[in-house]
Amino acid sequence: MTRRDLLAYLPGLTLLLFLAPVAAGLIGTWLPAFGYFPALEGHGFSLLPWQMLLAHPGLPESLRLTLLSGFLATLTSFLLTIVFLAACHGGRIILAIRGLMAPLLAVPHAAMALGLAFLIAPSGWLVRLVSPWATGWDLPPDVASLPDPNGLALTLGLVMKELPFLLLMTLSALEHSRADERLAIARSLGYGPVMAWMKTVLPAVYRQIRLPIYAVLAYSLSVVDMAMILAPLSPPPLAVQVFRWFNDPDLTMRFVAAAGAVLQLLVVVAAIALWRLGEILAARLGRAWIAGGRRGGKGRALRVLVKAAIQTLVVLAAAGLLAMALWSVTRRWRYPDALPSSLSLDIWSRLGNDIVWTTGTTLISGLAAAFIALALVLGCLENEQRRGLTISTRALWLLYAPLLVPQVAFLFGSQVLSIQIGIDATWIALVWSHLLFVLPYVFLSLEDSYRALDERYSRTALCLGASPNRVFWRVKLPMLLRPVLFATAVGFAVSVTQYLPTLFAGGGRFVTLTTEAVSLSAGGDRRVMGVFAFLQAALPLAAFAAALALPKRLARSRALREQRA
Amino acid sequence: MTVVSVAKEHGLVLRQVELAHGGQRLLGPLSLTVAPGEVVTVMGPSGCGKSSLLAFVCGTLDPALEGSGRILLNGEDISRRLPEERHVGILFQDDLLFPHLSVAGNLAFGLPPQIRDRRARRARIEEALAEADMAEFYDRDPATLSGGQRARVALLRTLLSEPCALLLDEPFAKLDVALRARFRSFVFDHARAQALPTLLVTHDPQDALDAGGPVLEIDAAGKVCAGTDRPLEQRGPEPRRTTE
Amino acid sequence: MRRRIALLPLLAACLSTLLTGTLGGAQREAAAAETRAWPEIVEAAKGQTVYWNAWGGDERINAYIAWVGERVWDDYGIMVRHVKLADTADAVSRVLAERAAGKTEGGSVDLIWINGENFATMKDNGLLYGPFTEALPNFALVDFADKPTTLVDFTVPTDGLEAPWGMAKLNFIYDSARVAETPGSIPALLDWAKANPGRFTYPTPPDFLGTTFLKQVLIELAPDPAFLQQPVADDAQVEQVARPLWEYLDALHPHLWRGGKTFPASGPAQRQLLDDGEVDFALSFYPSEASSAIANGLLPETARTFVLDEGTIGNTHFVAIPFNASAAAGALVVANFLMGPEAQAQKQNPEVWGDDTVLAMAKLAPADRKRFEDLPIGVATLAPEALGPTLLEPHPSWMTRIEAEWQRRYAR
Repeated sequence: MTRRDLLAYLPGLTLLLFLAPVAAGLIGTWLPAFGYFPALEGHGFSLLPWQMLLAHPGLPESLRLTLLSGFLATLTSFLLTIVFLAACHGGRIILAIRGLMAPLLAVPHAAMALGLAFLIAPSGWLVRLVSPWATGWDLPPDVASLPDPNGLALTLGLVMKELPFLLLMTLSALEHSRADERLAIARSLGYGPVMAWMKTVLPAVYRQIRLPIYAVLAYSLSVVDMAMILAPLSPPPLAVQVFRWFNDPDLTMRFVAAAGAVLQLLVVVAAIALWRLGEILAARLGRAWIAGGRRGGKGRALRVLVKAAIQTLVVLAAAGLLAMALWSVTRRWRYPDALPSSLSLDIWSRLGNDIVWTTGTTLISGLAAAFIALALVLGCLENEQRRGLTISTRALWLLYAPLLVPQVAFLFGSQVLSIQIGIDATWIALVWSHLLFVLPYVFLSLEDSYRALDERYSRTALCLGASPNRVFWRVKLPMLLRPVLFATAVGFAVSVTQYLPTLFAGGGRFVTLTTEAVSLSAGGDRRVMGVFAFLQAALPLAAFAAALALPKRLARSRALREQRA
Repeated sequence: MTVVSVAKEHGLVLRQVELAHGGQRLLGPLSLTVAPGEVVTVMGPSGCGKSSLLAFVCGTLDPALEGSGRILLNGEDISRRLPEERHVGILFQDDLLFPHLSVAGNLAFGLPPQIRDRRARRARIEEALAEADMAEFYDRDPATLSGGQRARVALLRTLLSEPCALLLDEPFAKLDVALRARFRSFVFDHARAQALPTLLVTHDPQDALDAGGPVLEIDAAGKVCAGTDRPLEQRGPEPRRTTE
Repeated sequence: MRRRIALLPLLAACLSTLLTGTLGGAQREAAAAETRAWPEIVEAAKGQTVYWNAWGGDERINAYIAWVGERVWDDYGIMVRHVKLADTADAVSRVLAERAAGKTEGGSVDLIWINGENFATMKDNGLLYGPFTEALPNFALVDFADKPTTLVDFTVPTDGLEAPWGMAKLNFIYDSARVAETPGSIPALLDWAKANPGRFTYPTPPDFLGTTFLKQVLIELAPDPAFLQQPVADDAQVEQVARPLWEYLDALHPHLWRGGKTFPASGPAQRQLLDDGEVDFALSFYPSEASSAIANGLLPETARTFVLDEGTIGNTHFVAIPFNASAAAGALVVANFLMGPEAQAQKQNPEVWGDDTVLAMAKLAPADRKRFEDLPIGVATLAPEALGPTLLEPHPSWMTRIEAEWQRRYAR
C-alpha cells in the first residue's frame, strides 16, 4: 500500500474512530432503557424502566431546570453575541474582547463554576466586599443565590463559557460574509448600524453559526460538571439526575438511568428541533421586517448596554479565577473579611503529591489527545487538498455529532463496550474518549487557515520538483505553524475540561484536575478547590501562551542566526 | 455648473479631502464639486485610493485610515455624520444583492420606511421594476439573475432609497463589454433624470468617456495630475476645480 | 461511499461484542474464602498497585490515606493509589459494569471504603471477595464485645467480607461564639429552629450524613424503634413507623436554611456553611472533627461539639475487596495495615483525622496502647463519657424506603 492510499483512508478512519463509540454507546444505553441488560437479569424487553422514570417524583422539576437553564443560556449567549457584534462592528472593543475570549474559552467549565460559586454565594466575595459596612449583614443573608431555585446561577455560568465560543465562531464566520460591504451598502441606504447588521449581515452569518449554536444548546441542556457546582441538587437538572442514577447503589436503577439517558437525548433532539422551528419562524417574520424598511437608530444605548453586559461577564470570570487563586494560598478567610486574614502555602505543600499525579495525568491525556487529533485533522485536510475535495455540510454534521449528542446519553454504553474489548480504565480508553471531543474543535480551529493558505506556494514547490509529502512537511507545516500550534492548544484545553468521559472511560483510575475539582466541590474546603481550580485554569492558559510564544521565539532565533551568518 | 465654491451650492462638494495611513498621505488634497445631474469621474490606477475616497464620502472609511477635509451635500456639511444620515447612495463593482432576500425584498430594503402601507411599497417596487423592463422578476431569487439584471436591481435598490448623491465604485468593471455600455447609459440616464450629483471612480477610460462629465486623474502616489471640465475627448487646456 | 461501507461492519462488530459480552457476564461467581497463609499473602502482594476507591470529599481523610500509602510502600512494597469518589456508589457501579461485561478478573477496583447500603448491595449481588477477615492477623485485635457494629453492618452480618476500619458517631458542631444554648433532643432541635429561622439545615439525602440525620429523627420519634432492626415487613409498617418522621420534617423544613427548599451537598459543605456563618450547626460522624477542623483552619477557634441526650447513631465503616480485584493480595495487606495499632492510632489523632478506633485496648500490647493514650485531645472534642449512648443503625431496607419517600416529598 502506498502512502497516498493510506492518506485516502484517513478521513474514513477518523470518522470511524469517533463515531463508532458514540453509535455503539447509544445502542448500549438504549437496550437497558428497554429492559434488556442480561447482567442484571434483564433478558426481555419491557417498558418498566420508562414507567419508573416517569413515576420519579422529581422528574418534572428536573426537566424544568434543564429546559430553563439550557434555553436561557443559549438564547442569552446568542443574543449577546449578535447584539455586541452588531452594535460594535468595526470598533476597537471587538478586538479587545476577542483577545479576552480565547483565554476564557480555554478555562475549564469546572474552574469557572467554582470561581463563580464563590463570588455569588450569600457569603461569597461580592457580599464580603460590601459587608457589613454597607449592608449591615454581620451574618450572610439567607438569600437563595446559590443554588437558586430556577438554575439562574447555572445559566450565568453557562453564558460565561458559551459566549466566548459563540463569539469566536461568529467572528470567524464574519470573515467569510463580506460584512463590511454589506454594511456599507445598508448604511448608504440610510440604515442605522445595528439595524444594518441585523438585516444584512446576520442572515449570512447565521447559516454558518447554526451548528455551533446547536452545540451550545445541546451542551447547556446536558451539562453535568457545572450543574453539580451551580445548580439546585434536590432535584438536580436531568443530566445530573441521570448521572446519579447510573451510580445508584440500587442496581435496578441502572435501567431507569438508561431510560433517563434516552430521555436526555430526546430532550436535546426536541430542543434543537424547536430551535430550528424558531429559526424558520424568525426567517419568515424577518423577511417582512426587512422589507418593511425601518432604518433604526444609532444604537448608542444598546452599544453601552451590551458592552457593559459583556464586560461584566469578563470581570466576573476573572474575579472568580482570581478568588480561586487567592483561596489556594489562604489559611483563614472568614466572612465578612474582604480579603484572607492569613495566608500560607501549606495547602500546596500538603497536596504536593496529589498535584503532581493529577497534573501529570491531565498533561499526558491532554497532549496525547491533542496531538493525535492534530495528526488526524492534518491528514484529512491534506487529503482533501490533494484530491480537490471539499467537506460537505453532511460531513460537518458528523463532525459535530459528539458535540450534539449529550455525553450522559452514550458514555455508559461506551463504557460497557470498552470493558468488552478490554481497554477500559486504560490510557487508550481515556485518550480515545477525550479524542471524541477534542477532534471536532481541532478541526474547526484549523480548517480555515489550512484552506486559506495560498495554493500557489505548494504549486511552486511542486514545480520545483518537491514531492507532495515534502511540500507538506517543508512548506505547508512551517507556514501554518501558528494556527497548528493554536489548534493544538485548543485541543489540549478541550481535553483538560472533560469530566464525564474521564470518569466513565478512565474507570475512576485516572484522576485529572477536572475530576478532582468537581469531586472536591462537594467537599467544602475552598482552599483545596482553589488549588485545583487554579491549576485547571492555568494549564490550558499556559498551553495557549506557549502556542503564541513559540513561533515568535523561532522567528527570533532565525533572525539571530541570520545576523551571525 | 460653472459657479465655483459657493457655500449654498446644490450638489456634492469635496473640500481639501485628504486620506492618510499612519500619518503618510495616500491621496489628495482634493477638492471638487459635482452639480446635480452631473457625473464627475475620478480616474487612477488601482491602489491609488479611489475606493477609499468614496468610502470617506459615504462615511464607511476603514478605521485604519485617517481622512480629513469637508464634504458638503446640498450646502450642508455631512463630513461628521453617520453613514446612514448622509443620504449618499453607492454602487460597487459587485452588485451585493442580499442572497437571503428576493429581488423585491432587496428593493424593499432600499425603500424608505416613511412609505408605510404595504400596498404602496409594493406598488413603488413594481413601478421601478417595470420601468427597468424587469416586471416579471419581482419574486425571483437574485442568484437566478444574469449579471446585467443583477446590476440593474442593485441600482434600483439604491435609487429607491431616495439618495441625494450617487457614488459609483467601478460598477461596470465586471460586466462584459456589450452589457457594460447598456448598463452605463442606464445608470447615467437615471442619475440625470433624478438630478443626482454623481461621483464615479474607475480606471477604464471608456467609463469616463461615456459619463460625459469632468474628469480628474490621480497618479499612483494619490496626487491629482490632470483634470478637465469637459468630456475626455475634448480635453480643454485649463485645469479646473483641482485646487481652490 | 467507501466511508459508509466501512462504517457498517464496524458497528455490527461493536454491537455483537456488546451483546455476547453482556450475555457472558451473566454468570455469577460464588464467593471463595481466602485460604492462603499470611506470609504467602504478603509475598504475593509485593510490587502490586492497589487502587483504593474511597470517598474523597474530605481533605484530612485524603491526607490520611496518602500517609497509609507511604507506610505500606515502605513496609510491604505496595503502591496505593487513592481513587477519590464523590459517592461510594460510583465504585459499586464500576464493579457491576465490569461484571456486566464478563470481566471476572483484572477489575479496576481493588479496595473499597464501604458500609451500609453499598455493602448490602455488593453482598447481595455476590460482588465481594472473601470471606477474608480471618486471614488478617490484626482482625483479632478488634473490639467485638463493646463494638458489636464491627461484625454487623447496618444489621447486615459482615460474614468476613469486610474488615472494620473505624467507628463513627453522629455529633453536632456549633460555634460557641454565636450559639449559647444547644438543643438536647430532636424535638428541642425543632423548637430551636423555630426560634432561629434559617440557621439550621442538614446535608441532602442520600448523602450519608443527611441520611443519618433522618435515621436519628426516625429512631428518636418512632413509637417502637425495635422494628427498625428488622427488614421492612410491608408498606403499612413503613407508613406507621415513619409517620412521626414526616410530620417532624414538615414542621421543621420551613424554618431551615433557604426555607428548606435546598440542602447542602455534603457534611463538609455544611461545615463550610457553618464557617461562613450561613448556618449555626454542622453534622459530623467523627467526635474530634471540630478540633481537627480548628487545627486545619477550617473552623473558628470557638467551634465546639454537642450530642443529643438520648444518644446518637453510631456505626462502623469498613474496607472490602471486589470479587474481581486485580491486586487482591495487596488489598488484603492494606486492609490488615489499616486495622493495625499504628494506623488506628494515627487515624484517631484529631490533628490527623479524629476517627475512633475499632480496636480493643485490652487486646493491645502496652507499647501500642500507649500510642492511644498519648493522643492529644482537641479543645472541641467531647470526652468519651460525654458522647452519650450509641444508637444502632436501622436495617438498610428501611433507609431505601425512607430515602425514596424523602425524594418524593421534598425533592420535587
